[in-house]
Order: sequence, then C-alpha cells, then structure tokens
Amino acid sequence: MPRGKIADAVRAGRVLVSDGAWGTFLHEKGLKPGECPESWCASRFDDVAEVARGYVAAGADMVQSNSFGGSCFKLEHYGLADEAAALNEAAARASRAAAGEAVWVIASIGPTGKMLVTGEVTEEELYGAFKTQAVALEAGGADAVCIETMSDAAEAVQAIRAAKENTGLEVICTFTFERTVRGDFRTMMGLSPADAAKAAVEAGADIIGSNCGNGIVYMVEIVNEMRAVDNDIPILVHANAGLPRVVDGRNVFPDAPEDMARQAPALIAAGANIIGGCCGTTPAHIQAIADAVR
Amino acid sequence: MSVIAEIGEALQKGKKADVEALVRQALDEGGDPQVILEDGLLAGMGRIGEQFKKNEVYVPEVLIAARAMNAGAALLKPYLAEAGVGEKGVVVLGTVKGDLHDIGKNLVKMMMEGKGLRVVDLGVDVPAARFIGAAEENGAQVIACSALLTTTMGEMKNVVEARNASSLAGKVQIMIGGAPVNQSFCDQIGADVYTASAADAADLALELCG
Repeated sequence: MPRGKIADAVRAGRVLVSDGAWGTFLHEKGLKPGECPESWCASRFDDVAEVARGYVAAGADMVQSNSFGGSCFKLEHYGLADEAAALNEAAARASRAAAGEAVWVIASIGPTGKMLVTGEVTEEELYGAFKTQAVALEAGGADAVCIETMSDAAEAVQAIRAAKENTGLEVICTFTFERTVRGDFRTMMGLSPADAAKAAVEAGADIIGSNCGNGIVYMVEIVNEMRAVDNDIPILVHANAGLPRVVDGRNVFPDAPEDMARQAPALIAAGANIIGGCCGTTPAHIQAIADAVR
Repeated sequence: MSVIAEIGEALQKGKKADVEALVRQALDEGGDPQVILEDGLLAGMGRIGEQFKKNEVYVPEVLIAARAMNAGAALLKPYLAEAGVGEKGVVVLGTVKGDLHDIGKNLVKMMMEGKGLRVVDLGVDVPAARFIGAAEENGAQVIACSALLTTTMGEMKNVVEARNASSLAGKVQIMIGGAPVNQSFCDQIGADVYTASAADAADLALELCG
C-alpha cells in the first residue's frame, strides 16, 4: 500500500494531523435531529464524502468516516440493524473517495450504548457487532478503524479484538475522559487514562488516545498519563473545541482554530503523535493545527 | 450490625442476592416494611448517590446498586401496598425527541427511585406531547427531560411550551439535564430546574414533589 502504516510514519518521527467534527456538518447539509446519520452513507453518499473532502483540503493526513453509530445495536433504533454491513462499507467508501491515495481513512467505530455490567449484552454479542463493522469498513477501503468515545475497558477490548482478529486494519482506540471533582480524569465507567491505555495496549491496539472530553488543554494531562504507561505506542488526540456554551439558543464552542493550534506543542511534548478535533472543530481548526505542527 | 444496616451495606456493594436474603430476613423478624425500605434500601442508594456525585464511584457501581435496590423493593412491594404506603411523588421521565441516548436518563431514574419517587419512564425519542400526556395521566408533579446531543437539546423548549399551553401550566415543574445542558440554557428556554448530576436531579425532584 502506498500509504504504509500510520504507526510506522509516527515511529519515523512524523507528527500527523487528523480530522475534526462530522455530525455538525451533516446537520448543516440537512440531517434532521432523530434521523440516522449513518443512513446518509447510502442515501446522501456525495454529501458524506464532502465532509471528508473538507478535511483533506484543510491538510489532514487522515480522515474518519460516517460510521460512529454503525453498530447493529445503534442502527436497530432506526430499524437498520440488517443494513450494518452495507452502511459501514459505504461509509468507508465515501471517505476513501475523498481521501484519494495519499490520505489515510481511519474509520469510526463508536460505543454500542449497551452495558456489559448489567448483563444487557454479552462480550460475544459485542464482539460480533464490532466484527461486522470492522470487516465492512475494510471492504470499503479503510486503512484503520478508529474505535472512539470508549468508556468501558471491556467493551473497548472486544472492539479491538474483533478488528485485529478479523481484518488487516490498523487499530486505533481512544477513550473519553471527564475531569472529576478531584481534578483527575476518569471515563464515565471510572477508568483512568493509565488503566485505559493498559487495557487497549494489552488487547492489541496499534494506536491509543483520547477523544471528545473537556477541551484540548486537559488533553495534555491525559496524554501525559497515557504516555507513562507505554513510551512507544503512537498516541492520537481528537479534542473538542472546548465545552459548548449556549449563545442565543445556539451552541458555540469557545476554542477558535488558533486557540487549539496554540496547544499543539504542549500536546506533542506530552507524547501525542497525531492531533485532530472532535465536537465543535472545523476544517479551519484542522488547518491551524496542521500549520502549527508542520 | 443490624439487619437494616446490613441491607444498606450489601446494596452499596451491589450484592443483589444478599440484599434479597437480608430483606426476607428482616421481614421474617417482623421488621416494618416501611423502615426496611427507607432505612435499608433507600438509605443505601442515597449513599451511592452521594459517592457518585463526589466521583468516588462511577456508573457501574450505580447500576449494580440500583439492580440490588429494585430486587429488594420488589419483595417489599406487596407489604407496602397492603399498608397503603403512598409514593413520595410522581416523575415523568424521558430522553427528548430525536435523541436515543438512555444511559444518563436511566441513572436519573435509578436515583429518583432511590428517593422513593415513582418514575414513569417514557424511554428515548419522546415527543413533547407524550411528556404532557403521561404527566396528565399519572398525576405527575415533575416532567424530567434528558438530552445528550447539542442538536436535540432544543427539543426541551418544545416540552416547556407544550406544558405552558396545557392544563399542567403552573402545576407541573420541568427539570432538564444532560451533557450539553446548563443553567443558562435552562433559563433561556423557561424550564424550571437544571441539575448537573443524576443525584442532584433526584434531590431536587423530591423537593418539587414535597
């Protein structure tokens, strides 16, 4: 493959730039609240590809895909569980069409929303759902899966294993942390950045990291803690443009492109190798980050 | 340790079978079902709520404690109904239209039930009219709306407006919560109460029902 492995590029010393938010752009193009975003991979393929194209033009080295909620467990809310394979494959194809030969496609896999701890789902069922997604994303032309917004180590492990054991894709796994009243960081399920990093590395992830959360400033502390666990594995950060504030009934994310770009050196110093955005970020944010790291 | 205190301890550890056995034991020993409920189950759940608020425990601990609480409460139900013990209030709860996230909403439900409130859970993707209809049918004091998405939180305004245009105006309070929601949004849409955590939501709902 001309692009090679993302992890190899990182180990060769490159700092890479990933993409930013997706959902907001689909809504701008007419996705209604309550409409299944992944359904657009079939019905509005060009609009989906257009989101990825915006990030490619901004200088991203890799783009995600419109498959965050593409597990059969999420799709069943819309009566689309049987379409899981087809929609995931189309999601990867849309991003591949935008990415061309030079840019990596890191296809998104989000949590299922099901809780292992209550017994409402089994590890085998999660594995099966993630396997369907990963295999289809590979068939659609993805280079990697980006398992993201994870909070439960056990669910993340099933997703990592399903991708590693059934595809040749690189596997990225990122967790979402919130700042506690003590000032440290935990996922919703109580997992620390160090424990999350350990679990993902042990399960076979090629790249680990953090996404969403409380803003890019806090990502520096999170990356520090993850880097202390493993000094070799590439670390990816997809940070929000801060926490949204409501202004005149609209959500405004406080961090401007230059605010986020200003944090890039500190993130790299902490051990991050790949930097991109999450909620509230735009191609302008990605361009500013790209300018800052190159 | 008294059997009542043991119930609370077992509940906090999420030991469902132990809670059930201890509730049975307490009943066999002639314990007052109301005391078993209040000082055993609800007290234990209240402590989990406090620990959750302080980030001393997380979602898994709350989920398994709530499961133990519900198992214990199910054993008490026949006795409480017989004694004519009323609920402390009724809350209609749901995730707003267009939003399918239920983890936060379920936590709120568990915490509210842990305060002795009856919760009518409408599930996810709930249109404004259903909140109003269910509140009317059940004689609720509170409508509680959850949203996780910035694209769906605006739907809460529709619930407020539907309430204001209904017979519930001035009688039923609307509480809102969820990751993107805050006090200024609450003020802006004219909702009555915003809380930042599930435990706070349960405390405030109890006050509103009082």
